[in-house]
Amino acid sequence: MSDPLEIARRESSVLRISVRTAAIMLGFTLVFTALMAGTYKLTEPLVAASAAAEKLRLIGEVLPPALHDNDVMADAIILPPQKVLGTDDDSRVWRARKAGQPVALVFEAAARDGYSGRIGLILAVAADGRLLALRVTSHKETPGLGDYIDPKKDRNKTRPWITQFNGLGLTQVPRDKWRVKKDGGRFDQMSGATISARAVTNASGRALAWAVENRDQLFALPANSRHADEGAKQ
Amino acid sequence: MSAYKEIAWNGLWKQNSILAQLLGLCPLLAVSTTLVNAVSLGLATILVMMLANFAISALRALIPYEIRIPVFILIIAALVTVVDLAFNAFLHDLYLVLGIFIPLIVTNCIVLARVEAFAAKNGLRASTFDGLMMGVGFVWVIGLLGAVREFIGQGTIFSGIEMIFPTLSGIQVLPEDYPGFLIAILPPGAFFVLALLIAGRNWLEARANRRLLEKRLHEHPPVAPATA
Repeated sequence: MSDPLEIARRESSVLRISVRTAAIMLGFTLVFTALMAGTYKLTEPLVAASAAAEKLRLIGEVLPPALHDNDVMADAIILPPQKVLGTDDDSRVWRARKAGQPVALVFEAAARDGYSGRIGLILAVAADGRLLALRVTSHKETPGLGDYIDPKKDRNKTRPWITQFNGLGLTQVPRDKWRVKKDGGRFDQMSGATISARAVTNASGRALAWAVENRDQLFALPANSRHADEGAKQ
Repeated sequence: MSAYKEIAWNGLWKQNSILAQLLGLCPLLAVSTTLVNAVSLGLATILVMMLANFAISALRALIPYEIRIPVFILIIAALVTVVDLAFNAFLHDLYLVLGIFIPLIVTNCIVLARVEAFAAKNGLRASTFDGLMMGVGFVWVIGLLGAVREFIGQGTIFSGIEMIFPTLSGIQVLPEDYPGFLIAILPPGAFFVLALLIAGRNWLEARANRRLLEKRLHEHPPVAPATA
């Protein structure tokens, strides 16, 4: 068995089997990666179109179509991640105008202090500084308890919780009163599920203040341009 | 029992992925908060299990034994991605409801378990049928779990159905002022209800076995040992 030729032959056969197995694995990886890449390429335009339709539907929920006459989807600027809005990625600010006059800003924000994870929001802030409406776009709050922040899950169908912010601005409700009642503020929460309401209320207050502060600049930027980064603004 | 009958019986009851094999509990417990959510995940799982069993049964001659597990995982992950993209592109309305569940299926080890235990050794038709039956077995148990948790937790049934059929709406079974029983919806509630379902299955099995034994004893009474 210690014949050096025999050892060499065995080693070469081990090597051969290893290379063969690795080649098969590589082959499978290539074929199935190609399958995924092909499907991705094939479905990309359709997926992008439905994502855009979904965005348009969300914008329509916070911004009544009668208020503006421009193509909001086209009149957008790109916003780098903003700490105050809780956004991690580039997002968009859509500008609504009527007869060329600024009407409202629509943008996304997020609350990171929900009961379980991130709560995504979309807000429409009128040019006069009032919050037209906001909606929860994604959340993982407890079903049946904290999920009333989404009007589809709210048991109060005539006046869902999220609508109490409609039409209010920082002149009607001072910044330090833009909190839930439990924190000494102005807005209702449901007992037993304060955390969800607090997260949405505080995030909407921060987002509203940000929009009011940056309003003129946000309306003035040309469409599809990039808003200055947080750091560059200083 | 014919081979197909046996596959069906294994999937639905005897080797049921949840009640007997206790596989795939992670997505099971996370998603079974309502009946509609649970059945939605279950339907997506059926689709992926059939596809995975079909693909691996078809390719089984090409997969070396030593690296079968990585290849299986690769194929399952690729199929789930393709299903996810295809749903998003071609069935977008359904995707808005089921979309969040499809990636969860990769974490469901029942898919890998059936591929390894069945599809790698059996023909195309039997394997696809096994995927279907294992999937149906998964759906009825996760659906029951979701319905019980929803009923105890919220006092409703079919809540969220309007996401799939906009004309329908959930049914409030218990009175409107039912305060809800939160623990049924939280993860511990899933364990409690699942434990009761498994106990129920074991009880039924034990009873069936005892009856079988009694019947045998009746037909062939044991011969009294001869006294020496």
